Amino acid sequence: MTVYEEQFPGLWQGFAAVVKRDLTLAWKRPGDVLNPLFFFAMVSALFPLAVGPSQEQLQLSGPGVVWVAALLAALLSLNSLFLSDFEDGSLDQLILSPQPLPMLALAKALAHWLVAGLPLVLVSPMIAVSFQMPGQTVEVMLITLTFGTISLSMLGSIGAALTVGLHRGTALLSLLILPLAMPVLIFGARTVSLAAANDPVAAGIYFLAAYCILTLTLAPFATATALRISSE
Amino acid sequence: MAIWNFLHKMASPPHFYGLAAKIIPWFAVTGIALFVYGAIGGLFYAPPDYQQGDAFRIIYVHVPAAYLSMLAYVVMAIAAGIGLIWRIKLSHAVAASAAPLGAWFTFLALVTGSIWGRPMWGTWWEWGDPRLTSELIMLFLYFGYMALRAAIDDTAKADKASAILAMVGAVNIPIIHFSVEWWSSLHQGATLVRADGPAIETTMLYPLLAMIFGFSFLFGALLLQRVRAEVLFRERRSRWVHDLVMPAGDTQ
Repeated sequence: MTVYEEQFPGLWQGFAAVVKRDLTLAWKRPGDVLNPLFFFAMVSALFPLAVGPSQEQLQLSGPGVVWVAALLAALLSLNSLFLSDFEDGSLDQLILSPQPLPMLALAKALAHWLVAGLPLVLVSPMIAVSFQMPGQTVEVMLITLTFGTISLSMLGSIGAALTVGLHRGTALLSLLILPLAMPVLIFGARTVSLAAANDPVAAGIYFLAAYCILTLTLAPFATATALRISSE
Repeated sequence: MAIWNFLHKMASPPHFYGLAAKIIPWFAVTGIALFVYGAIGGLFYAPPDYQQGDAFRIIYVHVPAAYLSMLAYVVMAIAAGIGLIWRIKLSHAVAASAAPLGAWFTFLALVTGSIWGRPMWGTWWEWGDPRLTSELIMLFLYFGYMALRAAIDDTAKADKASAILAMVGAVNIPIIHFSVEWWSSLHQGATLVRADGPAIETTMLYPLLAMIFGFSFLFGALLLQRVRAEVLFRERRSRWVHDLVMPAGDTQ
Protein backbone atom coordinates (compact mmCIF):
# COMPACT_ATOMS: atom_id res chain seq x y z
CA MET A 1 0.00 0.00 0.00
CA THR A 2 2.73 2.48 0.95
CA VAL A 3 4.58 1.82 -2.28
CA TYR A 4 1.41 2.48 -4.21
CA GLU A 5 0.79 5.73 -2.39
CA GLU A 6 4.31 6.90 -3.06
CA GLN A 7 4.11 6.14 -6.74
CA PHE A 8 0.84 7.82 -7.65
CA PRO A 9 -0.76 11.10 -6.67
CA GLY A 10 -3.95 10.70 -4.64
CA LEU A 11 -7.52 11.10 -5.79
CA TRP A 12 -7.87 14.77 -4.88
CA GLN A 13 -4.39 15.58 -6.13
CA GLY A 14 -5.39 14.23 -9.55
CA PHE A 15 -8.70 16.10 -9.38
CA ALA A 16 -7.01 19.37 -8.46
CA ALA A 17 -4.30 18.88 -11.09
CA VAL A 18 -6.88 18.51 -13.87
CA VAL A 19 -8.82 21.58 -12.72
CA LYS A 20 -5.61 23.60 -12.39
CA ARG A 21 -4.39 22.51 -15.81
CA ASP A 22 -7.63 23.50 -17.54
CA LEU A 23 -7.73 26.84 -15.72
CA THR A 24 -4.12 27.52 -16.74
CA LEU A 25 -4.95 26.67 -20.35
CA ALA A 26 -7.93 29.04 -20.24
CA TRP A 27 -5.73 31.76 -18.69
CA LYS A 28 -3.23 31.38 -21.55
CA ARG A 29 -5.98 31.64 -24.15
CA PRO A 30 -8.34 34.31 -22.80
CA GLY A 31 -10.33 34.29 -26.01
CA ASP A 32 -11.87 30.98 -24.97
CA VAL A 33 -13.29 32.62 -21.87
CA LEU A 34 -14.25 35.93 -23.41
CA ASN A 35 -15.90 34.70 -26.62
CA PRO A 36 -18.87 33.01 -24.90
CA LEU A 37 -19.26 36.13 -22.72
CA PHE A 38 -19.36 38.44 -25.75
CA PHE A 39 -21.76 36.00 -27.39
CA PHE A 40 -23.98 36.11 -24.30
CA ALA A 41 -23.97 39.94 -24.30
CA MET A 42 -24.55 40.10 -28.05
CA VAL A 43 -27.52 37.73 -28.06
CA SER A 44 -29.05 39.63 -25.16
CA ALA A 45 -28.56 42.89 -27.08
CA LEU A 46 -30.14 41.42 -30.21
CA PHE A 47 -33.51 40.88 -28.54
CA PRO A 48 -34.32 44.51 -27.65
CA LEU A 49 -33.24 45.48 -31.17
CA ALA A 50 -35.56 42.82 -32.61
CA VAL A 51 -38.67 43.28 -30.43
CA GLY A 52 -38.41 47.03 -29.86
CA PRO A 53 -37.46 49.15 -26.87
CA SER A 54 -40.84 49.09 -25.07
CA GLN A 55 -40.15 48.75 -21.37
CA GLU A 56 -43.09 46.44 -20.64
CA GLN A 57 -42.10 43.98 -23.33
CA LEU A 58 -38.46 43.97 -22.23
CA GLN A 59 -39.40 43.31 -18.60
CA LEU A 60 -41.58 40.39 -19.67
CA SER A 61 -39.09 38.80 -22.04
CA GLY A 62 -36.00 39.56 -19.93
CA PRO A 63 -35.80 36.29 -17.93
CA GLY A 64 -36.32 34.16 -21.02
CA VAL A 65 -33.77 36.07 -23.07
CA VAL A 66 -31.11 35.82 -20.36
CA TRP A 67 -31.69 32.08 -20.00
CA VAL A 68 -31.70 31.28 -23.72
CA ALA A 69 -28.57 33.39 -24.23
CA ALA A 70 -26.83 31.67 -21.30
CA LEU A 71 -27.81 28.23 -22.64
CA LEU A 72 -26.45 28.99 -26.11
CA ALA A 73 -23.28 30.59 -24.75
CA ALA A 74 -22.57 27.57 -22.53
CA LEU A 75 -23.19 25.28 -25.51
CA LEU A 76 -20.79 27.29 -27.66
CA SER A 77 -17.84 26.51 -25.42
CA LEU A 78 -18.76 22.85 -24.80
CA ASN A 79 -17.49 21.58 -28.12
CA SER A 80 -13.87 22.23 -27.18
CA LEU A 81 -14.18 20.58 -23.75
CA PHE A 82 -12.38 17.36 -24.72
CA LEU A 83 -11.31 18.22 -28.27
CA SER A 84 -7.74 19.44 -27.67
CA ASP A 85 -7.17 16.63 -25.16
CA PHE A 86 -8.38 14.14 -27.75
CA GLU A 87 -6.15 15.58 -30.46
CA ASP A 88 -2.91 15.74 -28.49
CA GLY A 89 -3.39 12.40 -26.73
CA SER A 90 -3.77 13.70 -23.19
CA LEU A 91 -7.27 12.23 -23.12
CA ASP A 92 -5.71 8.77 -23.35
CA GLN A 93 -3.45 9.71 -20.45
CA LEU A 94 -6.49 10.72 -18.39
CA ILE A 95 -8.16 7.39 -19.17
CA LEU A 96 -5.00 5.43 -18.30
CA SER A 97 -4.33 7.38 -15.11
CA PRO A 98 -4.71 5.58 -11.76
CA GLN A 99 -7.41 7.97 -10.54
CA PRO A 100 -10.99 6.91 -11.33
CA LEU A 101 -12.08 8.44 -14.62
CA PRO A 102 -15.45 9.74 -13.34
CA MET A 103 -13.62 11.96 -10.84
CA LEU A 104 -11.40 13.36 -13.61
CA ALA A 105 -14.48 13.88 -15.80
CA LEU A 106 -16.04 15.78 -12.89
CA ALA A 107 -12.88 17.88 -12.66
CA LYS A 108 -13.04 18.66 -16.38
CA ALA A 109 -16.69 19.68 -16.12
CA LEU A 110 -16.02 21.77 -13.02
CA ALA A 111 -13.18 23.56 -14.80
CA HIS A 112 -15.52 24.19 -17.72
CA TRP A 113 -18.05 25.72 -15.38
CA LEU A 114 -15.44 27.95 -13.74
CA VAL A 115 -14.27 29.14 -17.15
CA ALA A 116 -17.55 29.31 -19.10
CA GLY A 117 -20.43 29.15 -16.60
CA LEU A 118 -19.42 31.32 -13.68
CA PRO A 119 -18.58 34.40 -15.80
CA LEU A 120 -22.06 34.19 -17.36
CA VAL A 121 -23.63 34.16 -13.90
CA LEU A 122 -21.56 37.16 -12.84
CA VAL A 123 -22.36 39.18 -15.96
CA SER A 124 -26.10 38.41 -15.93
CA PRO A 125 -27.13 41.17 -13.43
CA MET A 126 -25.91 43.76 -15.93
CA ILE A 127 -28.20 42.33 -18.57
CA ALA A 128 -31.05 42.15 -16.06
CA VAL A 129 -30.58 45.85 -15.30
CA SER A 130 -30.52 46.71 -19.00
CA PHE A 131 -33.82 44.85 -19.41
CA GLN A 132 -35.17 46.89 -16.47
CA MET A 133 -36.12 43.78 -14.55
CA PRO A 134 -37.28 44.46 -10.96
CA GLY A 135 -34.56 44.42 -8.26
CA GLN A 136 -35.75 41.25 -6.48
CA THR A 137 -35.31 39.20 -9.66
CA VAL A 138 -31.55 39.72 -9.80
CA GLU A 139 -30.92 37.64 -6.69
CA VAL A 140 -33.23 34.84 -7.92
CA MET A 141 -31.59 34.98 -11.33
CA LEU A 142 -28.11 34.62 -9.82
CA ILE A 143 -29.19 31.57 -7.80
CA THR A 144 -31.06 29.85 -10.64
CA LEU A 145 -28.31 30.60 -13.17
CA THR A 146 -25.69 29.18 -10.80
CA PHE A 147 -27.55 25.87 -10.44
CA GLY A 148 -28.53 25.92 -14.11
CA THR A 149 -25.06 26.52 -15.53
CA ILE A 150 -23.56 23.80 -13.32
CA SER A 151 -26.22 21.38 -14.63
CA LEU A 152 -25.45 22.50 -18.19
CA SER A 153 -21.72 21.93 -17.75
CA MET A 154 -22.38 18.45 -16.36
CA LEU A 155 -24.92 17.49 -19.06
CA GLY A 156 -22.74 19.09 -21.69
CA SER A 157 -19.71 17.06 -20.67
CA ILE A 158 -21.68 13.90 -21.53
CA GLY A 159 -22.50 15.26 -24.98
CA ALA A 160 -18.96 16.51 -25.54
CA ALA A 161 -17.58 13.09 -24.57
CA LEU A 162 -19.98 11.30 -26.93
CA THR A 163 -19.14 13.51 -29.92
CA VAL A 164 -15.45 14.11 -29.31
CA GLY A 165 -13.97 12.15 -32.20
CA LEU A 166 -16.72 12.87 -34.71
CA HIS A 167 -16.75 15.15 -37.73
CA ARG A 168 -19.47 17.78 -37.66
CA GLY A 169 -19.70 17.30 -33.91
CA THR A 170 -20.91 20.82 -33.09
CA ALA A 171 -24.37 20.63 -34.62
CA LEU A 172 -24.79 17.10 -33.27
CA LEU A 173 -23.77 18.23 -29.79
CA SER A 174 -26.52 20.87 -29.81
CA LEU A 175 -29.07 18.29 -30.89
CA LEU A 176 -28.00 15.94 -28.08
CA ILE A 177 -27.78 18.48 -25.27
CA LEU A 178 -30.57 20.99 -25.89
CA PRO A 179 -33.47 18.55 -25.28
CA LEU A 180 -31.83 17.37 -22.06
CA ALA A 181 -31.28 20.96 -20.97
CA MET A 182 -34.88 22.02 -21.53
CA PRO A 183 -36.13 21.24 -17.99
CA VAL A 184 -33.37 23.55 -16.70
CA LEU A 185 -34.37 26.26 -19.14
CA ILE A 186 -38.09 25.97 -18.38
CA PHE A 187 -37.71 26.02 -14.61
CA GLY A 188 -34.95 28.63 -14.68
CA ALA A 189 -36.81 31.12 -16.85
CA ARG A 190 -40.15 30.48 -15.13
CA THR A 191 -38.70 30.99 -11.68
CA VAL A 192 -37.17 34.32 -12.66
CA SER A 193 -40.49 35.36 -14.21
CA LEU A 194 -42.27 34.39 -10.99
CA ALA A 195 -39.81 36.49 -9.02
CA ALA A 196 -40.55 39.43 -11.31
CA ALA A 197 -44.26 39.05 -10.50
CA ASN A 198 -43.56 38.80 -6.75
CA ASP A 199 -44.76 35.18 -6.62
CA PRO A 200 -43.12 32.50 -4.44
CA VAL A 201 -40.03 31.06 -6.13
CA ALA A 202 -38.87 28.36 -3.69
CA ALA A 203 -40.27 25.42 -5.72
CA GLY A 204 -38.37 26.34 -8.88
CA ILE A 205 -35.13 26.90 -6.98
CA TYR A 206 -35.50 23.56 -5.19
CA PHE A 207 -36.11 21.83 -8.50
CA LEU A 208 -33.04 23.40 -10.08
CA ALA A 209 -30.93 22.54 -7.03
CA ALA A 210 -32.16 18.93 -7.15
CA TYR A 211 -31.48 18.71 -10.86
CA CYS A 212 -28.01 20.16 -10.28
CA ILE A 213 -27.25 17.53 -7.63
CA LEU A 214 -28.61 14.79 -9.89
CA THR A 215 -26.33 15.81 -12.75
CA LEU A 216 -23.34 16.27 -10.42
CA THR A 217 -23.87 12.75 -9.11
CA LEU A 218 -24.64 10.80 -12.27
CA ALA A 219 -23.19 12.72 -15.22
CA PRO A 220 -19.50 12.01 -14.44
CA PHE A 221 -20.13 8.27 -14.75
CA ALA A 222 -21.86 8.71 -18.12
CA THR A 223 -19.10 11.05 -19.26
CA ALA A 224 -16.38 8.59 -18.21
CA THR A 225 -18.06 5.69 -20.04
CA ALA A 226 -18.58 7.87 -23.10
CA LEU A 227 -14.91 8.93 -23.06
CA ARG A 228 -13.79 5.30 -22.96
CA ILE A 229 -16.01 4.49 -25.93
CA SER A 230 -14.99 7.57 -27.94
CA SER A 231 -11.28 6.94 -27.51
CA GLU A 232 -11.42 3.28 -28.49
CA MET B 1 -30.43 -22.81 -14.94
CA ALA B 2 -33.28 -23.22 -17.40
CA ILE B 3 -33.90 -19.49 -17.51
CA TRP B 4 -30.23 -18.80 -18.28
CA ASN B 5 -30.28 -21.33 -21.08
CA PHE B 6 -33.41 -19.69 -22.42
CA LEU B 7 -31.85 -16.22 -22.27
CA HIS B 8 -28.67 -17.40 -23.93
CA LYS B 9 -30.68 -18.97 -26.70
CA MET B 10 -32.74 -15.80 -27.11
CA ALA B 11 -29.60 -13.71 -27.43
CA SER B 12 -28.35 -15.82 -30.34
CA PRO B 13 -29.31 -14.05 -33.58
CA PRO B 14 -30.30 -17.10 -35.68
CA HIS B 15 -32.54 -18.43 -32.91
CA PHE B 16 -34.14 -15.03 -32.40
CA TYR B 17 -34.59 -14.61 -36.15
CA GLY B 18 -36.61 -17.81 -36.36
CA LEU B 19 -38.56 -17.31 -33.12
CA ALA B 20 -39.54 -13.74 -33.99
CA ALA B 21 -40.94 -14.95 -37.31
CA LYS B 22 -43.28 -17.25 -35.35
CA ILE B 23 -44.35 -14.57 -32.85
CA ILE B 24 -44.99 -11.73 -35.31
CA PRO B 25 -48.24 -13.12 -36.85
CA TRP B 26 -49.75 -13.62 -33.37
CA PHE B 27 -48.89 -10.06 -32.33
CA ALA B 28 -50.10 -8.66 -35.63
CA VAL B 29 -53.45 -10.52 -35.58
CA THR B 30 -54.12 -9.64 -31.91
CA GLY B 31 -53.15 -6.03 -32.55
CA ILE B 32 -55.34 -5.66 -35.64
CA ALA B 33 -58.32 -7.30 -33.90
CA LEU B 34 -58.06 -4.96 -30.91
CA PHE B 35 -57.50 -2.04 -33.27
CA VAL B 36 -60.66 -2.80 -35.28
CA TYR B 37 -62.75 -3.26 -32.10
CA GLY B 38 -61.34 -0.06 -30.61
CA ALA B 39 -61.85 1.99 -33.76
CA ILE B 40 -65.46 0.85 -34.27
CA GLY B 41 -66.32 1.11 -30.58
CA GLY B 42 -64.64 4.47 -30.23
CA LEU B 43 -65.90 6.09 -33.41
CA PHE B 44 -69.49 4.76 -33.50
CA TYR B 45 -70.66 3.35 -30.16
CA ALA B 46 -69.02 5.56 -27.55
CA PRO B 47 -71.30 8.49 -26.60
CA PRO B 48 -70.13 12.02 -27.47
CA ASP B 49 -68.42 13.84 -24.62
CA TYR B 50 -70.75 16.28 -22.81
CA GLN B 51 -68.27 19.11 -23.22
CA GLN B 52 -66.14 18.23 -26.20
CA GLY B 53 -68.76 16.57 -28.43
CA ASP B 54 -67.35 14.29 -31.10
CA ALA B 55 -63.95 16.00 -31.13
CA PHE B 56 -62.88 13.94 -28.12
CA ARG B 57 -62.75 10.82 -30.32
CA ILE B 58 -59.26 11.74 -31.46
CA ILE B 59 -58.06 10.43 -28.08
CA TYR B 60 -58.51 6.93 -29.52
CA VAL B 61 -55.41 7.67 -31.60
CA HIS B 62 -53.78 10.35 -29.49
CA VAL B 63 -53.59 8.55 -26.15
CA PRO B 64 -52.21 5.24 -27.53
CA ALA B 65 -49.67 7.13 -29.65
CA ALA B 66 -48.53 9.23 -26.70
CA TYR B 67 -48.36 6.12 -24.51
CA LEU B 68 -46.28 4.26 -27.08
CA SER B 69 -43.96 7.20 -27.64
CA MET B 70 -42.96 6.71 -24.00
CA LEU B 71 -43.07 2.89 -24.03
CA ALA B 72 -40.81 2.81 -27.09
CA TYR B 73 -38.31 5.01 -25.28
CA VAL B 74 -38.39 2.77 -22.21
CA VAL B 75 -37.89 -0.31 -24.41
CA MET B 76 -35.05 1.47 -26.20
CA ALA B 77 -33.33 2.61 -22.99
CA ILE B 78 -33.64 -0.78 -21.27
CA ALA B 79 -32.45 -2.66 -24.36
CA ALA B 80 -29.56 -0.22 -24.74
CA GLY B 81 -28.67 -0.62 -21.06
CA ILE B 82 -28.73 -4.42 -21.28
CA GLY B 83 -26.61 -4.23 -24.41
CA LEU B 84 -24.09 -1.95 -22.76
CA ILE B 85 -23.82 -3.82 -19.47
CA TRP B 86 -23.96 -7.44 -20.62
CA ARG B 87 -22.59 -6.79 -24.12
CA ILE B 88 -25.48 -8.50 -25.87
CA LYS B 89 -25.44 -7.48 -29.53
CA LEU B 90 -29.05 -8.45 -30.13
CA SER B 91 -30.10 -6.02 -27.42
CA HIS B 92 -28.41 -3.16 -29.28
CA ALA B 93 -30.27 -4.21 -32.42
CA VAL B 94 -33.55 -3.91 -30.47
CA ALA B 95 -32.63 -0.41 -29.26
CA ALA B 96 -31.65 0.70 -32.74
CA SER B 97 -34.92 -0.62 -34.16
CA ALA B 98 -37.13 0.91 -31.49
CA ALA B 99 -35.93 4.49 -32.06
CA PRO B 100 -37.54 5.27 -35.45
CA LEU B 101 -40.80 3.62 -34.32
CA GLY B 102 -40.82 5.70 -31.16
CA ALA B 103 -40.12 8.85 -33.17
CA TRP B 104 -43.10 8.12 -35.44
CA PHE B 105 -45.43 7.49 -32.50
CA THR B 106 -44.24 10.74 -30.93
CA PHE B 107 -44.88 12.54 -34.20
CA LEU B 108 -48.36 10.99 -34.39
CA ALA B 109 -49.11 12.05 -30.81
CA LEU B 110 -47.99 15.61 -31.59
CA VAL B 111 -50.05 15.85 -34.78
CA THR B 112 -53.23 14.41 -33.22
CA GLY B 113 -52.74 16.56 -30.12
CA SER B 114 -52.42 19.59 -32.34
CA ILE B 115 -55.55 18.68 -34.33
CA TRP B 116 -57.43 18.13 -31.06
CA GLY B 117 -56.17 21.47 -29.74
CA ARG B 118 -57.64 23.39 -32.67
CA PRO B 119 -61.36 23.03 -31.68
CA MET B 120 -60.67 22.71 -27.92
CA TRP B 121 -58.20 25.50 -27.24
CA GLY B 122 -58.78 27.41 -30.48
CA THR B 123 -55.12 27.04 -31.43
CA TRP B 124 -52.97 24.50 -33.24
CA TRP B 125 -50.20 24.78 -30.74
CA GLU B 126 -50.35 25.79 -27.09
CA TRP B 127 -46.98 26.45 -25.50
CA GLY B 128 -48.62 26.72 -22.10
CA ASP B 129 -49.35 23.00 -22.18
CA PRO B 130 -46.39 21.19 -20.65
CA ARG B 131 -47.26 17.74 -21.98
CA LEU B 132 -47.38 18.86 -25.58
CA THR B 133 -44.05 20.61 -25.05
CA SER B 134 -42.57 17.55 -23.32
CA GLU B 135 -43.69 15.40 -26.23
CA LEU B 136 -41.81 17.76 -28.54
CA ILE B 137 -38.70 17.40 -26.38
CA MET B 138 -39.23 13.64 -26.64
CA LEU B 139 -39.17 13.91 -30.44
CA PHE B 140 -35.87 15.81 -30.24
CA LEU B 141 -34.47 13.13 -27.93
CA TYR B 142 -35.29 10.50 -30.55
CA PHE B 143 -33.74 12.68 -33.29
CA GLY B 144 -30.59 13.14 -31.20
CA TYR B 145 -30.34 9.41 -30.60
CA MET B 146 -30.73 8.60 -34.29
CA ALA B 147 -28.37 11.41 -35.36
CA LEU B 148 -25.64 10.21 -32.99
CA ARG B 149 -26.06 6.67 -34.28
CA ALA B 150 -25.87 7.88 -37.88
CA ALA B 151 -22.77 9.99 -37.18
CA ILE B 152 -20.66 7.04 -35.99
CA ASP B 153 -19.54 4.68 -38.73
CA ASP B 154 -18.48 1.76 -36.56
CA THR B 155 -21.61 -0.16 -35.53
CA ALA B 156 -20.23 -1.44 -32.23
CA LYS B 157 -19.12 2.05 -31.23
CA ALA B 158 -22.42 3.58 -32.37
CA ASP B 159 -24.26 0.99 -30.26
CA LYS B 160 -22.38 1.86 -27.09
CA ALA B 161 -22.35 5.63 -27.52
CA SER B 162 -26.06 5.81 -28.33
CA ALA B 163 -26.80 3.46 -25.41
CA ILE B 164 -25.36 6.03 -23.00
CA LEU B 165 -27.44 8.76 -24.60
CA ALA B 166 -30.59 6.62 -24.36
CA MET B 167 -30.01 5.97 -20.66
CA VAL B 168 -29.29 9.63 -19.95
CA GLY B 169 -32.42 10.60 -21.86
CA ALA B 170 -34.44 8.08 -19.85
CA VAL B 171 -34.05 10.40 -16.87
CA ASN B 172 -36.39 12.74 -18.74
CA ILE B 173 -39.20 10.16 -19.02
CA PRO B 174 -40.45 10.60 -15.43
CA ILE B 175 -40.24 14.36 -15.82
CA ILE B 176 -42.46 14.11 -18.89
CA HIS B 177 -44.90 11.79 -17.21
CA PHE B 178 -45.38 13.78 -14.02
CA SER B 179 -45.21 17.22 -15.58
CA VAL B 180 -49.02 17.16 -15.59
CA GLU B 181 -49.03 17.30 -11.82
CA TRP B 182 -46.09 19.69 -11.53
CA TRP B 183 -47.71 22.42 -13.54
CA SER B 184 -51.22 23.70 -13.65
CA SER B 185 -52.00 23.46 -17.30
CA LEU B 186 -54.54 23.38 -20.06
CA HIS B 187 -53.99 19.70 -20.61
CA GLN B 188 -56.50 17.26 -19.18
CA GLY B 189 -55.41 15.64 -15.94
CA ALA B 190 -54.84 11.93 -15.84
CA THR B 191 -58.13 10.18 -16.45
CA LEU B 192 -57.27 6.48 -16.49
CA VAL B 193 -54.80 5.99 -13.65
CA ARG B 194 -56.33 7.51 -10.55
CA ALA B 195 -56.64 6.33 -6.98
CA ASP B 196 -60.46 6.50 -7.01
CA GLY B 197 -60.83 4.51 -10.24
CA PRO B 198 -61.03 5.73 -13.84
CA ALA B 199 -63.13 8.85 -14.40
CA ILE B 200 -64.53 7.78 -17.74
CA GLU B 201 -67.66 6.06 -19.05
CA THR B 202 -67.09 2.33 -19.68
CA THR B 203 -68.39 2.54 -23.26
CA MET B 204 -65.69 5.14 -23.81
CA LEU B 205 -63.10 3.31 -21.71
CA TYR B 206 -63.12 -0.17 -23.27
CA PRO B 207 -62.45 0.97 -26.84
CA LEU B 208 -59.66 3.21 -25.52
CA LEU B 209 -58.05 0.33 -23.63
CA ALA B 210 -58.44 -1.85 -26.73
CA MET B 211 -56.71 0.80 -28.79
CA ILE B 212 -53.86 1.11 -26.27
CA PHE B 213 -53.28 -2.66 -26.23
CA GLY B 214 -53.85 -2.91 -29.99
CA PHE B 215 -51.24 -0.23 -30.64
CA SER B 216 -48.88 -2.01 -28.24
CA PHE B 217 -49.22 -5.36 -30.03
CA LEU B 218 -48.74 -3.71 -33.41
CA PHE B 219 -45.69 -1.94 -32.03
CA GLY B 220 -44.40 -5.33 -30.86
CA ALA B 221 -44.94 -6.86 -34.29
CA LEU B 222 -43.30 -3.93 -36.09
CA LEU B 223 -40.41 -3.89 -33.64
CA LEU B 224 -39.73 -7.62 -34.03
CA GLN B 225 -39.85 -7.32 -37.81
CA ARG B 226 -37.43 -4.38 -37.73
CA VAL B 227 -35.09 -6.26 -35.37
CA ARG B 228 -35.14 -9.23 -37.75
CA ALA B 229 -34.08 -6.98 -40.62
CA GLU B 230 -31.46 -5.29 -38.44
CA VAL B 231 -30.04 -8.66 -37.31
CA LEU B 232 -29.92 -9.88 -40.88
CA PHE B 233 -27.99 -6.77 -41.91
CA ARG B 234 -25.59 -6.90 -38.97
CA GLU B 235 -24.87 -10.61 -39.46
CA ARG B 236 -24.59 -10.29 -43.22
CA ARG B 237 -21.11 -11.82 -43.25
CA SER B 238 -22.00 -14.75 -41.03
CA ARG B 239 -22.50 -18.36 -42.02
CA TRP B 240 -26.17 -18.68 -41.04
CA VAL B 241 -27.30 -15.65 -43.05
CA HIS B 242 -25.36 -16.96 -46.00
CA ASP B 243 -27.09 -20.33 -45.65
CA LEU B 244 -30.45 -18.61 -45.23
CA VAL B 245 -30.13 -16.51 -48.35
CA MET B 246 -28.45 -19.20 -50.42
CA PRO B 247 -29.56 -22.62 -49.14
CA ALA B 248 -27.24 -25.63 -49.45
CA GLY B 249 -27.31 -27.17 -52.89
CA ASP B 250 -27.49 -23.79 -54.54
CA THR B 251 -24.29 -23.63 -56.55
CA GLN B 252 -24.15 -19.84 -56.67
